[in-house]
Amino acid sequence: MIQAIAFYLFAIVVLLSAACTISSRNPVHSVLWLILAFFNAAGLMVLVGAEFIAMLLVIVYVGAVAVLFLFVVMMLDIDFAELRAGFVRYFWIGLALSLALVCEIFIAIGAWSAGGIDFARRAAPIDAATPNIEAIGTLLYSRYLFLFELAGLVLLVAMIGAIVLTFRRRPDSRHQRVHDQISRRSKDAVRNVNAPVGKGVEL
Amino acid sequence: MTAWFESLGMMHGWAWFLSTIIGILVIALPLMLAVAMVIYADRKIWAAMALRRGPNVVGPFGLLQSFADGLKVFLQETIIPTSANKGLFLLAPVITFTVALIVWAVVPFQAGVVLANINVGLLYVLAASSLGVYGIILAGWSSNSKYPFYSAIRAAAQMVSYEVAIGFVVISVVLWAGSFNLSAIVEAQRGVYGIKILNGFGFNILLFPMAVVFFISSLAETQRAPFDLTEAESELVAGYQTEYSSMSFALFWLGEYANVILMCALNSILFWGGYLPPLDIPILYAVPGIIWLFLKMGFFFFAFSWVKATVPRYRYDQLMRLGWKIFLPLSLFFVFLISGFLMLTRVGL
Repeated sequence: MIQAIAFYLFAIVVLLSAACTISSRNPVHSVLWLILAFFNAAGLMVLVGAEFIAMLLVIVYVGAVAVLFLFVVMMLDIDFAELRAGFVRYFWIGLALSLALVCEIFIAIGAWSAGGIDFARRAAPIDAATPNIEAIGTLLYSRYLFLFELAGLVLLVAMIGAIVLTFRRRPDSRHQRVHDQISRRSKDAVRNVNAPVGKGVEL
Repeated sequence: MTAWFESLGMMHGWAWFLSTIIGILVIALPLMLAVAMVIYADRKIWAAMALRRGPNVVGPFGLLQSFADGLKVFLQETIIPTSANKGLFLLAPVITFTVALIVWAVVPFQAGVVLANINVGLLYVLAASSLGVYGIILAGWSSNSKYPFYSAIRAAAQMVSYEVAIGFVVISVVLWAGSFNLSAIVEAQRGVYGIKILNGFGFNILLFPMAVVFFISSLAETQRAPFDLTEAESELVAGYQTEYSSMSFALFWLGEYANVILMCALNSILFWGGYLPPLDIPILYAVPGIIWLFLKMGFFFFAFSWVKATVPRYRYDQLMRLGWKIFLPLSLFFVFLISGFLMLTRVGL
């Protein structure tokens, strides 16, 4: 009973906030609606017993990705009229893309139900007694070890690529020398001088 | 308690629901009281270190000062700037306050005394604490004013840089304990490796540096001095709180101190044995675990106040350097070291 209520609550909020994400005029509001959608999606994950995935969803997407989104969007100075014009122009391309995605989902579902995986394994691939993390870890570090490491490698390449693309040497800019700053002591900077009256001191 | 409600003839679901609500109240209401007392304690410690008296007028020894402040703030008018984004402006303190409260659901107060004993307890803590920054970001942005906005940007950058280090620290603890469940982590600290008499990962020579990193990161995470750059009054007026008044301001205040208490609890749970006594001697177990936990939290709170009273504020670039160039490599190195050590001793080659 409570589970059903919770499911419908989460599901309705996910759909509503997803709709608000694309329809709200202010980009900051959009990001906030997106965060709400992430949150309720995490709630749905908890309901199906995937608590590890739910927590990762919140930590990675809400805790890190959405903060960066918000960081960028907050600083934008956006002309909303211009944005709306772009919407009309790209409407048909967007529609075509979303149609292609819907088709792909149907193909995937078709292939899934036509496949030879029996229903029991499909609904619950591992027994409920094993904790989520343990089950995922066991699979990830045994059967999918190479794929997992490959994914890590792809991320590494992406990271290095981002650094290489944005890094440029500027020989004319003045850099902060951290070591000099830290190793500076008061006796290097302060000098006690007995100033003669009426004459002052040369520094 | 669920069983007791069921014996009154309730359905299991509703009995569980009701007992959980009661559990939440049993934790949240004393927490509010604790926040009031902790604000008083903070001001007293701070005053003592500055050779002042601190609050001493309202009630005996000034004990009722926080309540008087609360009442005053409650009676004030909430002022919303005309150019502010009204909904978000009011939502921001609510988020800060709520996030500070929800984490307490997984904190074990004693063996078996925890509201939600979930498998992913530590991840839940990380997830919830990563949300705390939204209150500040939203407050800064929705105020539609320069200084709060600077503060919001600083908060976002600061949080992201410290959460990475905290993540690695947490991983090293989890590696040693073999579980994300906070109760299991506390139990794993019974008689640490080597000398079998001390309770707490902090006594482990490999994990002690992580304990130090975690303590400093938790100062940064709660926006306390010396990392209180988001409300640096010499630069940003009062940061994200500049435009707030009355109850909305008080909610920030309460949330901040609830977060500080929470970080004290996490420090003691992750590294100093939580509800276990510091020494693994049977007679010490006669004292209830919750007392030990509160003693440890009190110690850490004193350390927080101590730091606030004595350490000058960091410059922003120093803070970033500390997060990315010192803590991140250091904690990553220790994750390698600890997992290597565990491979060698527990799993074998």
